[in-house]
Amino acid sequence: MLIKQASDLRHSDVTPKSIYLDRRKFLAAIPAAFLAGKEMLSPSARALAATKLPNLVKSPLSTTGETVNTYEDVTHYNNYYEFGTRKNQPATLAQKLKTSPWTVSIEGEVEKPLKLSMDDIMKLAPIEERIYRHRCVEAWSIVVPWAGYSLSELLKKVSPTPKAKFVAFESLYDPKVMWSPSEAGIQLPYVEGLRLDEAMHPLALLCVGMYGETLPPQDGAPVRMVIPWKYGFKSIKSIVKIKLVTKQPPTTWNITNPPEYGFYSNVNPQVDHPRWSQATEQRLGEGQKRLGIVVPTRRPTLMFNGYGDQVASLYAGMDLKKNY
Amino acid sequence: MPTTPWLKLSGARLLVAKLFVWALCLAPFLRLAWRIWHQDVTPNPVEFITHFTGDWTIRFIVATLAITPLRKLLHIPDLIRFRRLIGLFAFFYACLHFATYLWLDHGFDMAAILKDVAKRPYVTAGFTGFVLMIPLAITSTTGWIRRLGGKRWQRLHRLIYVTAIAAVIHYYWLVKSDIRLPLLYGTLVALELIYRIAVLKPLSKLTKA
Repeated sequence: MLIKQASDLRHSDVTPKSIYLDRRKFLAAIPAAFLAGKEMLSPSARALAATKLPNLVKSPLSTTGETVNTYEDVTHYNNYYEFGTRKNQPATLAQKLKTSPWTVSIEGEVEKPLKLSMDDIMKLAPIEERIYRHRCVEAWSIVVPWAGYSLSELLKKVSPTPKAKFVAFESLYDPKVMWSPSEAGIQLPYVEGLRLDEAMHPLALLCVGMYGETLPPQDGAPVRMVIPWKYGFKSIKSIVKIKLVTKQPPTTWNITNPPEYGFYSNVNPQVDHPRWSQATEQRLGEGQKRLGIVVPTRRPTLMFNGYGDQVASLYAGMDLKKNY
Repeated sequence: MPTTPWLKLSGARLLVAKLFVWALCLAPFLRLAWRIWHQDVTPNPVEFITHFTGDWTIRFIVATLAITPLRKLLHIPDLIRFRRLIGLFAFFYACLHFATYLWLDHGFDMAAILKDVAKRPYVTAGFTGFVLMIPLAITSTTGWIRRLGGKRWQRLHRLIYVTAIAAVIHYYWLVKSDIRLPLLYGTLVALELIYRIAVLKPLSKLTKA
């Protein structure tokens, strides 16, 4: 469990959320505060809705030897198209997401279908802290201390039938607070899928938190998947339905642009995206200073995002160029 | 029939207007400098600066092409006095955009850049659009207009149409799914070009005849 020491706290952590959210208005109204209150410009105040996760246990499945990105980076650089197609939009627009009450339905080819509340999900298995590398298909990456447990814990509870071969996930779609499909440019609700053996892999994380707290809305609150060896868009956010199915389910980005985004989408430096190389990536926050800002240096992308030892056997004998 | 312009820009009024347009054109640059100074450039500064300068390049290109239709439609022929200024600012933001790509993004790694230009169609389109702006910026002075002669100068400066189309294609090819902005700029450029073909060309033939 991450216990915040007094020394970890920044000035900005104590900025009241109301002031932080209204900072532009606030600053426009009191020009004098512009200089005196520079600290308030720092958009790093955490959403008050986030609560600490008690009894967080460290996981042996955590990635070691990596520097974790700042909370600021991970909460202000998001791809969550339901709340805007620019990286900085979800940080503000997703605050409208209503995460309580929340129900996740687990259904389809299962012996015991379940409808779980967030309380049920939080109690289903011990919540672990798992530090993973996260590689976006757009060739940037971050390292995040997620919190959750293996999806397999949940799947075991519902007992998939022998006919179940794939797992289909569905995100919440609330047109009242989210963009329309034509604005986002993708079909909604967002859907994703895994082969059952992928979903049962211990690294496939059912995630309920990060940085020792519950998830902020822009990072997929209240519950999402994190599949560290696949491109980020496979890690579906704000899940409301998990369905065990017999056939490979449709997935949002594959529907949007089949030649660019495949069903598997394993991180693979040897298979380029049609419009850019996947051989290297920008690790956010890492690099040299030019013009006083951090200019990321590119680092080589690792096969299966560095999780090959654990997951390569899932794809033994498969042509990964064809099954991109 | 051309009507008398309702707004004449000359003398002191022109000077004030020019200062105003200068300030307007510089505002995005100052805003960018301010945000860099205050480290308010998102967790991916290079991407942010690239998008910021790219957005303003295409806006200024669209604005440059809007001058001729607007001076006819609004009956303010003196708008022509701002065309060079706005066009050069389009080139200024294009230079910043290109420099971001060369320096911040690729650290002048020419081998990687040449590979990128050849391999990524959207980079090729953007690069083409930029290169075509260079002769236009160089020959934007009164001296060059005289040296080339009005007719040849005008023909050369039609290259801006190609740049505008290349810029739209560059933008359209690089977005992932939300194509509303590339479509908006594409529509504006199309309207500006159609106006020239449908309205200005027949007009110029009329006056010649």
